[in-house]
Formats: sequence, C-alpha cells, structure tokens
Amino acid sequence: MNVIAERATRAPAGARVRKRSPFWRRVRKAPFYLLIAVIFIYAVFPFYWAIRSAFTPDGELFKTPVQYFPVHATLTNFREVLSSGEFQDALMNSTIVAGSVVVVAVAVGALAAYALGRFNFRGRSVTLYVMLSMTTFPQIAILGALYTMINRFGIYNDLKALILSYMIFTLPFTVWVLTSFMRALPKDLEEAAYIDGASPFQVFYKVMLPLVAPGLVTTGLLAFIAAWNEFLYALSFTQTPDKRTVPVAIVEFTAKSGSAFQIPWGQVMAATVIVTVPLIVLTLVLQRRILAGLTAGAVKG
Amino acid sequence: MMLAPALLIVGFVAFYPLGVTVYQSFTDEQFLQGIEPTKWLGLQNYTNLIHDTVFRDAVVTTVKFTGITVFFEFILGMIIALVVNSSFKGRGVMRAVMLVPWAIPTVISAQMWKWMYDDVFGVINDALVRLHIVSRPVAWISDPQTSLASVSAVDIWKTTPFVALLLLAGLQVIPKDLYEAAEVDGANKWQQFWRVTVPLLRPAILVALIFRTLDALRVFDIFYVFFGNRADTQTMAIYDQNTIVGGDVGYGAAISVGIFLIIGIFVAIYVTVMRVEEQ
Repeated sequence: MNVIAERATRAPAGARVRKRSPFWRRVRKAPFYLLIAVIFIYAVFPFYWAIRSAFTPDGELFKTPVQYFPVHATLTNFREVLSSGEFQDALMNSTIVAGSVVVVAVAVGALAAYALGRFNFRGRSVTLYVMLSMTTFPQIAILGALYTMINRFGIYNDLKALILSYMIFTLPFTVWVLTSFMRALPKDLEEAAYIDGASPFQVFYKVMLPLVAPGLVTTGLLAFIAAWNEFLYALSFTQTPDKRTVPVAIVEFTAKSGSAFQIPWGQVMAATVIVTVPLIVLTLVLQRRILAGLTAGAVKG
Repeated sequence: MMLAPALLIVGFVAFYPLGVTVYQSFTDEQFLQGIEPTKWLGLQNYTNLIHDTVFRDAVVTTVKFTGITVFFEFILGMIIALVVNSSFKGRGVMRAVMLVPWAIPTVISAQMWKWMYDDVFGVINDALVRLHIVSRPVAWISDPQTSLASVSAVDIWKTTPFVALLLLAGLQVIPKDLYEAAEVDGANKWQQFWRVTVPLLRPAILVALIFRTLDALRVFDIFYVFFGNRADTQTMAIYDQNTIVGGDVGYGAAISVGIFLIIGIFVAIYVTVMRVEEQ
C-alpha cells in the first residue's frame, strides 16, 4: 500500500524532469553519439587502412609523412596478387578445404543433432556435454599425435589432412548448435509423419531438414569461416607453396624478406582485402542468422 | 545409429590423438623415424619440462596476455553491448559494423595491424607523432617493452565484438519492466546497471569470460605473425608447435599435456566460482 502511494507521488516528478526542450535533449545526448562514433571508427579503421594501402602505389606507400587517402589510386597491387600463381593456389585450396569441411560437418552434424534433439536415450546428455566441451578443445594439445598419424597415413602436405583435422573444431560445434535448433521446432509435423508410417530417416530428410534449413545455413557459414581462417594446422600439416591455404600464404608473403622495404605491403594488403571482402559481405547479409547461431552456441548452454 | 558417424569422427580426430599424445609424452618419439627405435622414457620428459625455463617464460607470457586481453575485451565489450542495446538511429548499422573485426581472419587482422605498427611508414606512429603523444616513432613490435601490449591490442580489437555479442544476447532477454519498476522506485541509471543488469547478466558474463580465457590461453596465430619464434615472446602454443615440427614429438607431447593441465586449472577455477555463485 505504502509503496504504491510512493510510486503515485513520484511518477509525475520523474515526468517533469524529462520534459526538456529538444535542443537540450540533443546536447545531453552528444556524448552518447560521440561514443558511438568512436566505436564505429575503432571497429572499421584497420580495415579502411588495409583498403587504402591496397590502392596506394608503392612510391606513396613507402614515403613519410603518411597520406591518409590514396592520392594516385592504383589497381597494380590487386593485379599483381591475382596473377600470382601461389595466391591462386591458396584461394583454390582454401575453397576446397572449407567447402568439404562444411559439407561433412553439416551432414554428419545434422544427423547427430536430430538424434540428440529429438530422442531420449541413455548417454544423451553426456554426449551433449562432451560436444560442448569439445568446442573449447585446445587444438595444440593433439598437434603432435595428429602429425604422426597424418604421416603414417601418407597424407602429409595433402589437403585431406586439413579436411580431416578441421573436424575437431567444426563438428562438435555444428552438433551443438543444430541440436538447439532442432529442439526449438514444434513436434506436430514430425508426429503426423510418424503416424503416416514414415521411418525416422524419412522424417529426418523430408520433415526436419527443410524445417531446420535456416539453422543449416547459419552453422554452415560459421563452420566455413572457422575452416577458412584456420592457421595452426594448415601451417603444420602442409609444406609446399602449392598446398598452402590463404592464411598461411598471406603470412609467407612477408616471411621471405627481412626489412620493411622488401615486404610488398601493398600487395599483402590487396590480398587481405580480396579474401576479407567476401567474408564481410556474407557476414553482413546473414547478420541475423549469425547472431542466432553464435548465441545459440553459447548462451542457451 | 544416427549418432554413430559424428561419434566416430570425433573419437578418431580428437580422443584417439589425445590418447596418443599422452603415450608419446612418455617416449622419445622423433619425427624422423628409422634412425633409432622409439624408447620409453618414463617421466623424463616431464622432469625436463619442469626445469625448462623457455617453457616457464612461455607460460608467463601466455598468462599475462590472457589477463590483459580478457580484462579489456570484457570492459569494452560491456560498453559496446550497452550502447548497441539502447535505441538510437543507425543501431542496425552499428550492430552490423561490430561484426567486421570478428569476420576478418585472425592471421589477416594480425597482418593488417603489423603494417599499421610499422616503425617508419605505419599509421599508428604517424598519428601519435602528429598528435604529439610520442616524440618519435616507436618500434612497437620489436621493442620488448611494448611487444606484449601491441599484440594484445590486436586480439582486443578482433575479439571484443564477440564478447559484446554474447553480452548483448544476455541483455536482450532482461525484461523491460524490471527497468521501469526500478525507475519508478527512483533508481538512477547507475543503480539500475548494478542492481538489475549485472545480476541478471551474470550467466552471459560467465560464459563470455570462460570462452575468452580458454581461447586466449591457446593463442598462436597473432604471436606467430608478429614475432615468429622470437624467444622472449613465445606463447605455450608457439613453443609446442615449434618443438613438434622441429621433430621432437615426444617432448612436444609432454608440453601439450602441460598446456592441457594449465587450461584445466583455469576451467576448475571457473567451475568453482560458478558453484559458489549458485549457493
């Protein structure tokens, strides 16, 4: 009773405080918009810098004082990178590896997620927890063992070694996220299909997969990005330039020479822009889906 | 049945190698076999590891890096999450922009920053000299005094958006009426943050901290791009990779187990904190 009375007297006071002219409201908001601007610049500037360096000819790039816009913009850096055989190989290798990883991880992951999300059986929650803990598995911990295994199978310096080893960080993740997607689906359609005499596999293919398609896109994209970005295994399990993936190729651009003058920074930045723009575009287009996938993987746990 | 393929693959690429690693750590397994058969060493590798000052330095570097980056990523991530959660014009654009650093591969962002840090032609030195913050260019990466800070800044830039996203997801499920009630009760924004937001955000905060800590402890990419195998700035993962690819698989396996145990200690700490929180 007392509280309600108090609220009743306070509410108008609060309303009076907020009644200000639009001008003052804007002034009070200024620090907030300044903060937004700072965050915006912080997030975007390094990428802007890569773009401006990629378009700047070497003569201007290696000159002080530094110019903040390319005055004589040029495509030379892009042309040289794209015509380099090593970079072409790297793009091809990365596409093959990341593409195969996505196909295997999503297909196998969806099947497992259906079982984990829709059926009750012994060991179900244990399996889920194992999958969840695997998403934070330190890849370095099994580097040596994988290294000897891969040599024994004779797939050292072979893209198959990467596709196989990338399952460690993509499969548990797809299983976990797809399970949460499967669980969120209503049961009615599935039950109707069972009543009509469908087998679990038919239900999986004909009912569940189409329903969970947005989830497949999300997890597929996240798995693709993870595989596309991987560095440690790609560096350790391949050796010759024709088997390198993009991240390794971009690092080895610089490793060949010693001093700053010899590093072709313009070309390195052009390569950076070429491989990053598709990722950024994909991310922005599928923004909502990615957010859903990332948070399903973490928060719902 | 449906689980079988997933379990087989995970078992084959994760659990089996983990077992092999533990076994190898008790041997003198070398990469170039055939010269001498592999011998059982017992605990020899582990006694060597405990007295290995290079490994000790690597542990210190990694833990320092983890502390610095997780701290700043959490503070900045929280600020960004709160900003993006409030309503203003262009909020959708900001949420999209936040994803830009996250979408760029780690190795590539490291290269971008390495160029920005360049001691002669780098934009960071240029801007700082123009603003009279430093009197002359600093060799950020090669100077031991600034190398750890410079490498941490890259990780903070790259991963803060991820932390912000996790916190944002937590913020969005807090019911709006709680804030309205707090406001009616006369709580100001600051009090609302500490009394409503933080307690309800606790699960998201813990998840973000755990993810980031475990990730930072196994850091490899940025350090490799910035320093190669420079001895004074090695992380645990760099030292391990270097040992294994150098051919000393047995000793490398012992380092791997060491890393695994150190990460395990951090997991135990977090789990204990969570248990205490729940009570």
